[in-house]
Amino acid sequence: MIARASREIASGMVVNLGIGLPTKVIDHLPADFPVCLHTENGLTGIGPTLPPDQADRNLIDAGGAYVSTVPGSAFFDSATSFAMVRSGRLDLTMLGAFEVSSQGDLANWKIPGKFSPGVGGGIELAQKARRVVVLTTHTDRAGNPKLKDECTLPLTARGCVSRIFTEMAVIDVTPKGYALVEIAEGISLAEVREATGAPLTIPDTTRPVF
Amino acid sequence: MKLPDKRCDMAAAVARIKDGATVMVGGFGVPGTPMALIHALVDHGARDLTLIKNDANEPGMGLDHLLQSGQVTRLITTHLGLNSHAIDLMNSGRIKVEFNAQGMLAERIRAGGAGIGAVLSDIGIGTELAEGKQVVEVDGKPHLVETALRADFALIHADRADTFGNLAYVATARNFNPLMAMAATHVIVEAETVTPLGALDADAVHTSGVFVDHVTELGALSKEYAVVQR
Repeated sequence: MIARASREIASGMVVNLGIGLPTKVIDHLPADFPVCLHTENGLTGIGPTLPPDQADRNLIDAGGAYVSTVPGSAFFDSATSFAMVRSGRLDLTMLGAFEVSSQGDLANWKIPGKFSPGVGGGIELAQKARRVVVLTTHTDRAGNPKLKDECTLPLTARGCVSRIFTEMAVIDVTPKGYALVEIAEGISLAEVREATGAPLTIPDTTRPVF
Repeated sequence: MKLPDKRCDMAAAVARIKDGATVMVGGFGVPGTPMALIHALVDHGARDLTLIKNDANEPGMGLDHLLQSGQVTRLITTHLGLNSHAIDLMNSGRIKVEFNAQGMLAERIRAGGAGIGAVLSDIGIGTELAEGKQVVEVDGKPHLVETALRADFALIHADRADTFGNLAYVATARNFNPLMAMAATHVIVEAETVTPLGALDADAVHTSGVFVDHVTELGALSKEYAVVQR
């Protein structure tokens, strides 16, 4: 799933990887792949994550991981960082999700009464990156679908999600709702349908397996 | 002509903060958080504070000391995910928390520092962060009125300062510091090094000393500034 999602990153892109699963995507790209990673706390050109004994105390990403720079990195303040986000300089962001709707609405920041740490930069990334893709498990821990007709949790942004990567499938959000793009090896169509909480369009053409 | 010398004792500078004050605190995680100024404010003891900071650090670190000491009534922030203690205080109603989208918090502070009353943006429309905000139409599209933020005091961490208060930051310790340094009536800076006038190259200055009131040199850094061992 993460390896498949890494193929979403094209040469030359400016990309923001959300906290959690998305940050692992970069491990699947060649070290010399031409891409610029952005983090909200003021860095373009993120280099590899460092262990504590090699870390710079002043150099973290927005998730608090100790990262490094690459030749050509730049630092800037928080207003500049989000000027980049809001003005459409991010070609792609990869985010986690609690729920996605079949219209591409995203809920990923709050579960009332259980989880309310604040939204951080999530709204701006979801609303303003040129392309928003979601990396998530297909269902929650209780087995309930995360891909639904409508989100029930507080929204991060409406109509923002283009594509969803899960351990079972790659699914696009289209004007007609969810459409299967690829299916994971060893997973049946029936299993994907069962785990998806809204109608799923199956293309007539051969479905690639990842 | 010689630029004024703004060096002063840290405790004396922080002692100006009165009960009920609004205080901006720089930093995003550990980098750029003015740990020593926060401890000085705990020692000073001003209460009923409204704090403005991106995050609440982690339990037992940075801003959390002011939460632990009960000096904070209200917190304007973006994310408390690494501080379970702050979330407990919020959920039990002991502090009021106002969440902002991170870039809008930055922009509201920038507006406050730039002498602008508010900024207009479509960020958060259709979410609960838009609730209660004035909506105006620009070019046929709805925008939220995001009011400017100013504070009575700003507590700033810089890597280098000169005696006039020109500041330079390093790496991701810049974050909200240069914005907050422009947006408060009294700006107190802790710097890892304070240099004589002229030692800080004019082209390397991130914040002009015009915005700064008090500069204090940190000396040996406490372990709170170090890499967090998780």
